[in-house]
Amino acid sequence: MAKVGDMTMKSVKIVRILLPVLVFAGLAGCSIEPWVKPYERDRLADPIMALDSDPVSTSYIQHVYEAREGARGGEGAAGGGCGCN
Amino acid sequence: MNLRQSIVIVTLFLAGPGSVLAGVLPEERGDVLYHRYEGGGVTIDGPSVLVRKQAGKNLSFIGNYYIDMVSSASIDVITTASPYTEERTQWSLGMDYLRGNTTMRLGYVSSEEPDFDSTTYVFSVSEDMFGDLTTLTLSYAYGEDIVGRTDDPTFRRENTRQHYGVSLSQILTRNLIATVNFETITDEGFLNNPYRSVRYLDPGSPQGFSFEPELYPETRTSNALGVRARYFLPYRAALEAEYRFYTDTWEIDGHTFSLTYVHPWGPFTFEGKFRYHDQTGAAFFRDIFPRAQATNFRGRDKELSPLTSSTFRGKVTYDFIDSNKGWGIFRRGTLNFSLDHLIIDYDEFRDISTGAPLGDEPLYQLKANVYQIFVSLWY
Repeated sequence: MAKVGDMTMKSVKIVRILLPVLVFAGLAGCSIEPWVKPYERDRLADPIMALDSDPVSTSYIQHVYEAREGARGGEGAAGGGCGCN
Repeated sequence: MNLRQSIVIVTLFLAGPGSVLAGVLPEERGDVLYHRYEGGGVTIDGPSVLVRKQAGKNLSFIGNYYIDMVSSASIDVITTASPYTEERTQWSLGMDYLRGNTTMRLGYVSSEEPDFDSTTYVFSVSEDMFGDLTTLTLSYAYGEDIVGRTDDPTFRRENTRQHYGVSLSQILTRNLIATVNFETITDEGFLNNPYRSVRYLDPGSPQGFSFEPELYPETRTSNALGVRARYFLPYRAALEAEYRFYTDTWEIDGHTFSLTYVHPWGPFTFEGKFRYHDQTGAAFFRDIFPRAQATNFRGRDKELSPLTSSTFRGKVTYDFIDSNKGWGIFRRGTLNFSLDHLIIDYDEFRDISTGAPLGDEPLYQLKANVYQIFVSLWY
């Protein structure tokens, strides 16, 4: 019975891991009508709307923040090393 | 040695969110940047060079070379050690492979300094969905650090780091785009600074306190959730707001807010930004301990203190190659300058360099300026 219980637990774990993947895969396959058409995205394509227009600069300043504060991650970019002292 | 925090090196250009223009490889570009940090007795400057180049329709490669030249006489150094200079070199390579609506990224980052080496491997997958309105990115990174001491060649400790990230980029209206970014980072190994000390009350000492080495836990897990939205204003300008919640097993909780305004004017683009960060301290942080070896873990790293941090940014970009005209092989060229003024107020970390009597030392405040000047070329 213990083996059956272990197997059940393993199955539950596998389903928990796979379910989100399957849901996303399923949703990705759906043909949802985009409510912002491609020809309506000119403003979003403007360089001033770029979420990260200068990756080399963003990476550097995030590196400074991580070195000077106790928090890390969640803001998109991080650098190596820190100049912490 | 200046690398003390175990940082997962996941740069935007190696495992970042997808482009607004979905299903395309990142733009081919080159950047040459000079950075300079000045504040709190520390000067760090150096170059960073980034090149991104496409190979065929499905492959894109990126390389980055970065140097920190450090000259440090910080509050930690002048109170418990001697000023020093050193250099850190980092280089990274990455590859993007586009197939249909899926972009796969592989990256490798190496960072070297006299007493700290770090290597990180990055993998991420981005999928554009729902008519390219949505981009989902899953990322994973594994890193290994080797910690040494410049005064002890036999000293060697190791860390491992793992990073798990999920980000969702969503076009909400024709003027509004938003992203949600969740990151979990786990560290295991030698996480404290082998040079840094904590102070404790010592009636036998003339100044009333003495120092002993700090001692951190050997594991740390952090979770960060960030939300960002950027809006196109009616008169061609952009407004961006961002919030991040942070928590970790060292009991540091943080809230970070920022507001950015971007305004183009002829060939110039001006940017102003205010960022505010507030955090609680680590459970084992004390400015002064009641006695030697008072607790299992102990630290006096000011970054682990409760603190508030404010940053004011000004940036100007000059388009010297107009993207509508181009010039030779170049589609666009910009010259950029930015200044970030950083003010950090520590709520518990005291400035013992003032020589004030024990208990009367003022709380420490750090002010720093961060300069960046760089040229970007798109081809």
